[in-house]
Amino acid sequence: MSSIQLHTIDYVILALYFVFVVGIGVALKRYMRSSTDFFLSGRSIPAWVAGLAFLSANLGAQEVIGMAASGAKYGIATSHFYWVGAIPAMVFVGVFMMPFYYGSRARSVPEYLRLRFDEKTRGLNAVTFATMTVFSSGISMYAMGLLLGTLLGWDFNFSVLVSAVIVLAYIFLGGLTSAIYNEVLQFFLIVAGFVPLVYLGLRDVGGWGGLTSRLAVTAQNAGFAPGAYTESWRHMGHAASNPMGVEFIGLVMGLGFVLSFGYWTTDFLVVQRAMAADSMSAARRTPLIAAFPKMLFPFLVILPGMIAIALTTQKGATGFALPQKPDGSLNYDLSIPLMLGHYFPPGMLGLGLTALMASFMSGMAGNVTAFNTVWTYDIYQAYIKKGASDEHYLWMGRMSTVFGIALSVATAYATTHFNNIMDMLQLVFAFVNAPLFATFLLGMFWKRTTGHGAFTGLLSGTLAAAVHHGLTLPMGSHVGIKGGWLGTVVNTYPSEMAQNFWTAICAWSTCFVVTILVSLLTRPRPDEELRGLVYSLTDRPKDEGEPWYRRPGPLAVVVLALTLVLNLIFF
Amino acid sequence: MNLDIRLPIGGLFTLLGLILTGYGALGEKDIYERSLGYNVNLTWGIVVLLFGAWFLYLGRKGTSSVEPAAAEPAGRATEAREHALGLEDERRPRPH
Repeated sequence: MSSIQLHTIDYVILALYFVFVVGIGVALKRYMRSSTDFFLSGRSIPAWVAGLAFLSANLGAQEVIGMAASGAKYGIATSHFYWVGAIPAMVFVGVFMMPFYYGSRARSVPEYLRLRFDEKTRGLNAVTFATMTVFSSGISMYAMGLLLGTLLGWDFNFSVLVSAVIVLAYIFLGGLTSAIYNEVLQFFLIVAGFVPLVYLGLRDVGGWGGLTSRLAVTAQNAGFAPGAYTESWRHMGHAASNPMGVEFIGLVMGLGFVLSFGYWTTDFLVVQRAMAADSMSAARRTPLIAAFPKMLFPFLVILPGMIAIALTTQKGATGFALPQKPDGSLNYDLSIPLMLGHYFPPGMLGLGLTALMASFMSGMAGNVTAFNTVWTYDIYQAYIKKGASDEHYLWMGRMSTVFGIALSVATAYATTHFNNIMDMLQLVFAFVNAPLFATFLLGMFWKRTTGHGAFTGLLSGTLAAAVHHGLTLPMGSHVGIKGGWLGTVVNTYPSEMAQNFWTAICAWSTCFVVTILVSLLTRPRPDEELRGLVYSLTDRPKDEGEPWYRRPGPLAVVVLALTLVLNLIFF
Repeated sequence: MNLDIRLPIGGLFTLLGLILTGYGALGEKDIYERSLGYNVNLTWGIVVLLFGAWFLYLGRKGTSSVEPAAAEPAGRATEAREHALGLEDERRPRPH
């Protein structure tokens, strides 16, 4: 395996970044006076800062490494994660859901569930969510440790420990504000580190034209039409005609409607950033502001993967190629890291590596801040120690930051059964998040929905996901963690991705139907208790006095129109 | 919050820009073979430096400036009320 040699200048750049990251935490320490300061940034973050943090908190290992890997594996179709998945969901949460999240003054997503439904629904969500954040953060750390070991020859334990201690330091000191500020810093670093990489990669591959012609060969070698890697929609008619192995119904419903909406609209990790905004208007604009850079991120994270696979199929001038794994398959996960080492001279290499570290840390910090809030407010304050002083909960916030990171480090030593981190995360999201969107959709827009309905719906949705996964298998996989563990395999999907999408659809539909049925059989809450929590009983936020670019409605239209254009360009 | 995030971002990017630009201008040139002959340290360093300086400028300006009342709907409403009641301070020029 090729190893990258770092020079003094690269270490200087990396060290400078660490100093600033921790320095922000130190500078913010004196503003952390109450638990609201620590967990919600005192609800004082300007919209653009919250927006970039909203985007950056999700820019962890799964984004940078996973999306580039998917770009190499599936081509431009990976852009569906953005242009079908994330963007419409971000528009929806900003325009329709934020009035309830922000307006209810809930301090977390589980707490909203407590206000809207009941204690048990909140408890269920809080526990599953807290588990998931630790798991995600652990994966992020694991990926980073492995990567730095492969690239730089750094010791796995050293990499994990250093990143854990730095993230711990800045969150421990400055709470959510520190995480948000650093996420904004990390956003700019990621852009600064990756833009030149994409530029050099594109030059090497011969521009978009060179990329298309090379990927045509890649596609034909794999038995697809020449455009299968460079046209995002044209080959989605049938699962067998695109490398992703999905057809457009599974794609639009599974990825777009269920998985992406489930993630972007209900995951406290991102929603927390908007809840920290300084006004209702800013909270609603947070995901919309995030959507603008988000729609361009495929060019930063997917394109490098496509360039990497194109150059592996047909060598370019500089001879870049992806390495093989011991089993003979290509190591897609190394697309971006190896390109950094291949194209960047000392200096830029330090910046590129810093961008990579920044992405790992922002992903980790996003999970840790979501974890410490849900732990403190929704588990500790709700079930372990009620009615303590605010100082005590602030202290617990700091303590839970410590043990949350300790738990993540423990999970970091988890195994990798999947050769693509993305697939594994999607699987977890399918079990836990997919039914959740049905619960929120009904809870926010149908006042008849009851707590019993929501709770049973969530449980049966998650169960349905597990059962579906247990009865199906992706083509060419063995019974086990990839599915089929219930004894019989009812259906074989063309790919893991397709299986995940349909697992999500199954979970969502089950939750939706069960929630409605149980709600109709149980007693609804009186209207007075639901004011500000349900669409039909809440006044629309007024924003007429503002210029159009500060109003969520017109912003949403612009975002959707631009996204449509991007879809058409790469159709 | 009393810390404008643009200041640390501007500071870090200015420093990074200076380091990259300096290294690109003064350091050896044969390291750019791998970046297809481009002196990326120099060109991108300048971009990073300009961005850093711009953010430092915005951060300094943002922390010290006071928004005119007319920039906010609430402020405009207050001004309109003052105008209707004849409470304006005539010695001060109005901001438009």
